[in-house]
Amino acid sequence: MNPARLMTTTEAIDPVFMFIFGACLVLLIGITAAMLYFVVRYHRSKAPEATSKAEGNLWLEIIWTVLPTMLVLAMFYYGWSGYLTLRNVPEEAMEVTATARMWSWSFSYANGVTSPKLYVPVGRPVRVNLVSQDVIHGFFLPAFRVKRDVVPGMKNHAWFVASKAGSYDLFCSQYCGTSHSAMISTVEALPEAEFAAWMEHEKSGEEQKEHPGHELLEKHGCLGCHSEDGSARVGPTLKGIWGRSVTVETNGAGRVVIADEAYLRRSILEPGADLVKGFPPIMPPFTLKDDELRAIVQYLRGLK
Amino acid sequence: MSNAQPPQASFWNDTGRSGIAAWIFSTDHKRIGLLYLYSTFGFFLTGVLLGLLLRIELIAPGRTIVGPQTYNALFTVHGVVMIFLFILPSFPGAFGNLVMPIQVGARDVAFPRLNLLSWWLYIIGAVIVLVSLFTGGGAPDTGWTFYVPFSARTGTNVSLAVFGVFIIGFSAILTGLNFITTIHRLRAPGMTWDRLPLFTWSLYATAWVQVLATPILAITLVLVMAERLLGTGLFDPARGGDPLMYQHLFWIYSHPAVYIMILPAMGVISDIIPVFSRKPIFGYKMIAFSSLAIAAAGSLVWGHHMFTSGMSDTAVLVFSFLTFIVAIPSAIKVFNWVSTLYRGSISLEAPMLFALSFILLFSIGGLSGLILGAAATDVHVHDTHFVVGHFHYVMFGGSGFAFFAAMHYWLPKFYGRRYAEKPALLAWALMFTGFNLLYFTMQVLGMKGMPRRYYDYLPEFASLNLLATVGSWILAAGLVIMLVNLFRGLRGGVPFEGNPWGGATLEWSVATPPPTENFEEEPLVTHGPYDFEGMGKP
Ligand code: HEM
Ligand SMILES: [Cu+2]
Repeated sequence: MNPARLMTTTEAIDPVFMFIFGACLVLLIGITAAMLYFVVRYHRSKAPEATSKAEGNLWLEIIWTVLPTMLVLAMFYYGWSGYLTLRNVPEEAMEVTATARMWSWSFSYANGVTSPKLYVPVGRPVRVNLVSQDVIHGFFLPAFRVKRDVVPGMKNHAWFVASKAGSYDLFCSQYCGTSHSAMISTVEALPEAEFAAWMEHEKSGEEQKEHPGHELLEKHGCLGCHSEDGSARVGPTLKGIWGRSVTVETNGAGRVVIADEAYLRRSILEPGADLVKGFPPIMPPFTLKDDELRAIVQYLRGLK
Repeated sequence: MSNAQPPQASFWNDTGRSGIAAWIFSTDHKRIGLLYLYSTFGFFLTGVLLGLLLRIELIAPGRTIVGPQTYNALFTVHGVVMIFLFILPSFPGAFGNLVMPIQVGARDVAFPRLNLLSWWLYIIGAVIVLVSLFTGGGAPDTGWTFYVPFSARTGTNVSLAVFGVFIIGFSAILTGLNFITTIHRLRAPGMTWDRLPLFTWSLYATAWVQVLATPILAITLVLVMAERLLGTGLFDPARGGDPLMYQHLFWIYSHPAVYIMILPAMGVISDIIPVFSRKPIFGYKMIAFSSLAIAAAGSLVWGHHMFTSGMSDTAVLVFSFLTFIVAIPSAIKVFNWVSTLYRGSISLEAPMLFALSFILLFSIGGLSGLILGAAATDVHVHDTHFVVGHFHYVMFGGSGFAFFAAMHYWLPKFYGRRYAEKPALLAWALMFTGFNLLYFTMQVLGMKGMPRRYYDYLPEFASLNLLATVGSWILAAGLVIMLVNLFRGLRGGVPFEGNPWGGATLEWSVATPPPTENFEEEPLVTHGPYDFEGMGKP
């Protein structure tokens, strides 16, 4: 079980693609060519009457039942063995936990470091444990042919190994609502030494903690929809929210309110109660503890 | 059987009621068939408009015409309309009703009033779905698959839409029961099972799927409503529920539903190809039997929609294996159709061109399905535009093109007038080109990793998306020409008389347009459906 060099997921999957594509191409060309030939050769202008009344042929039926059966069984077999590579995580794999929420990713490492991008060392297999905080998401790395759904309440995982340094796309593949297509990140594959340096840097960065309110916004995924820098996203920006006068719709009637503590709390606990004009009614209600709410409100107060 | 008895009034004239009531309360299978044709085709055009909007939005990265929430609602409504309001009800409802009773030699279906009720249930369900778009929290944004937990949390009007689909389900069940009974009980003397036209055979297989699978959809949808309205927590892991359970339930219905869409299409093709080749169908028994095999084995493969979901590897093994097994009967059909052409006398009129392009497009769809059936490769392309391309090849290139073939083949018979041939060929050429440009490109996009249901995408996908959108316009241009041509031809074209293509099934032996009672007297069937020599001989 310890091959000299680890087979990457891409190396396991691509030959299966080639095999099935090749077989399909041969079949498709065969069918098309036969049809075109018959249509031209037996066109009514050349063949005014049918010259055969054949209603079937047992041998032909047997042949074109048995041969395709053998072919698809071969496809099944290769497909299955490639899949096993995706499922058998190499023992020496490094563990990372990917947390998905509407609509952002966060990756946390064994030593507590977290990052919005998935940093990995080149050449070391990585096992990604998949955790969802809300709905089903999909962890998709096209370059590595890896995909696994991130299902709330389930312990799914995936693994891959980057054999070259570089930046690779990471998509959410399972539809998860308004900003599904913005729920993208990257895998940053760094040479081992650079990776270690990055990790060191992040660890020391952990010391100078951010405001706990900001951490909560990050943790609950609020920043997936609300920016802190004034830019418009799916939801209104949080920059300068405190004291802003907001036009909202309450039970279908428009009114203007000043964003104070009561308003902010209500907007988090019952987002449907006051809908900000110009934004879709899509924010899910959050159940937060009172001290969390207090920290968030306090943070938003200072977010100028 | 063509003889010169005094003609009966055509079903267009003969009616006790007047105005619209003569249609919407008629129990004549032909009128109900036309009602289905107009309503399902109307929804098809609605769906096409939505699809074109999707493509315009995707023409370039970033916002083009709508925002993300609107885009999500658009593809949801596009999918729901195309699946539940067009492709599932259209074949049995429209052509099944129009043609099948005549093909078996009956005066009507077994339960004409139930038939009318089916149409009404369909319309009521469709109206409820439409209402859901404009009321409550706005148009559903879940995708046509309504996956929980998202569908249980979103603020949009999912409950009402799901209720509409639930009602439409009953329409399908009743149609299925009606057709099974008709085919068993109302066949004319001499219409033995091995003389049944293959279109009717395919409807028979379809009807069983409708009757057996649709109740599962109904239950699943009720559970989604209970989840939303009563908070039952059946699918919520925080309360001991399981989101994957929903996916199993949904696909236990929705995979067999694919066969409700494709089997009748295969039936149409099996009827058209022999007529335009003047040669009996090759392998009649194999084609009829493979319909039943597909209907039965197709009920056991739903798990191939869930290879990445986290279900057990054993389940992946079994479902992948069974999926490959179901591919075989479809392949057998393709080989038999192609062999029917051999040494025939082939005429390439509009119905035949659509039928032949069905074989190609369906083959591309089916072969790309092998990529999806193999566990290793499915993981990469699952939930990408590869899948979107794949199912459009099967549902649109397959069922859709077969539907167009059926329109060009049977509608002149029922309207008594014919369309112009040249514009029909032009429309076909444009649609075939545009179609491949659109959906083949989407499959390539998926191979490159572009996920589906993506409002926005990275710049690396831009040029192929532009190409696909251009393809959608060529396709749309062909569609417009086809429609205008059919509309003008069937209303004011030259009269369509007798049996110009020389079909041997019973619908070609009745008057044009058929009389209300279909046959002057109960027919006695003396030859097989593709026995072009035996026709007319006693
Ligand atoms: C001109 C015709 C059509 C165009 C331009 C079109 C375009 C599209 C596009 C671009 C999507 C993908 C949206 C996305 O994933 O972001 C889509 C999805 C879909 N289409 Fe079509 N389509 C057309 C016709 C049809 C037909 C005839 C059918 C069925 C018979 C159909 C069934 C579906 C379904 C079921 C979906 C999936 C919706 C979902 O993800 O929930 N489409 N279509
Ligand atoms: Cu997601």
